[in-house]
Amino acid sequence: MAQQPAVERGTGAAVGARIGVITFPGTLDDRDAARAVRLAGATPVTLWHGDPDLHGVDAVVLPGGFSYGDYLRAGAIARFAPAMNAVVDAARGGLPVLGICNGFQMLTESHLLPGSMIKNDHLHFLCRDQGLRVENTATAWTSQFAAGEEIVIPLKNQDGQYVADERTLDELEAEGRVVFRYVGGNPNGSRRDIAGITNERGNVVGLMPHPEHAVEPGFGPDASAGPRSGLDGLRFFTSAISSLLATA
Amino acid sequence: MPRIVVEVMPKPEILDPQGKAVNGALPRLGFTGISQVRQGKRFELTVDGPVTEDLLAEVRRAAETVLSNPVIEDVVRVAEEA
Repeated sequence: MAQQPAVERGTGAAVGARIGVITFPGTLDDRDAARAVRLAGATPVTLWHGDPDLHGVDAVVLPGGFSYGDYLRAGAIARFAPAMNAVVDAARGGLPVLGICNGFQMLTESHLLPGSMIKNDHLHFLCRDQGLRVENTATAWTSQFAAGEEIVIPLKNQDGQYVADERTLDELEAEGRVVFRYVGGNPNGSRRDIAGITNERGNVVGLMPHPEHAVEPGFGPDASAGPRSGLDGLRFFTSAISSLLATA
Repeated sequence: MPRIVVEVMPKPEILDPQGKAVNGALPRLGFTGISQVRQGKRFELTVDGPVTEDLLAEVRRAAETVLSNPVIEDVVRVAEEA
């Protein structure tokens, strides 16, 4: 077996930070999310949907995929998993939680975040590198970005159209809780180009695009440094580590 | 065994991409005179006992919390089916 590159070992100062990644039946991106956590310098902790114990993790990632086959509605059945009940309680207590794609859908289904996702307005599954503008750098998952910074990470989904009533959208805007907005064209009809939002406290963040797929040279989106060199996703995870250090 | 039917529809103000696609396909297949399609869900719940008011209330609760997402959907019917 090939020796693992040094960067894989997580040699950062915050190696003590333990970030849980929950696997549900039908989850696809749990391994990539765990890898992103490790590359960012923290220790990934594998969590199982049926286990109500979060094993003392410092933060949780709800990864993408098609939990329970997206039956009923995307994220609807995962919401009732024992691990999710624990996440909802812990999130209300301030635990940093990042929901990516299907994980974002779980966060709206469990009402940790407002609104919901419906099928893309064009009805197709869409997979592409997507530009986003970071509009809130005060959350647990975005502190390492500059306000207004534009980043590129992959987007891949069929039920990615963010919807909420006008009053909720106005509230999100007024409170600065729109964290990411699509740039370079709205890929799915999401209201007000919203790609990701946060809760009042800023510890829970959900977004449709996939930061965990843009964390290692050679495997990310195309960027100015060359093909597949994009690493914009890494700072989601280093942000969480730095927010954990700040509160430690 | 008695059966309770629950019907869920996308809220009127929510765009229904699936209904829109079906609506686009109908005239292409020669079905004319239909101006709008909205697509919802129908659940058939088989229950053990007789359908009482209490049981219907329980099913209504399940319909509001699990079978539908009140952010995007309305429960339009909960009724015993003969």
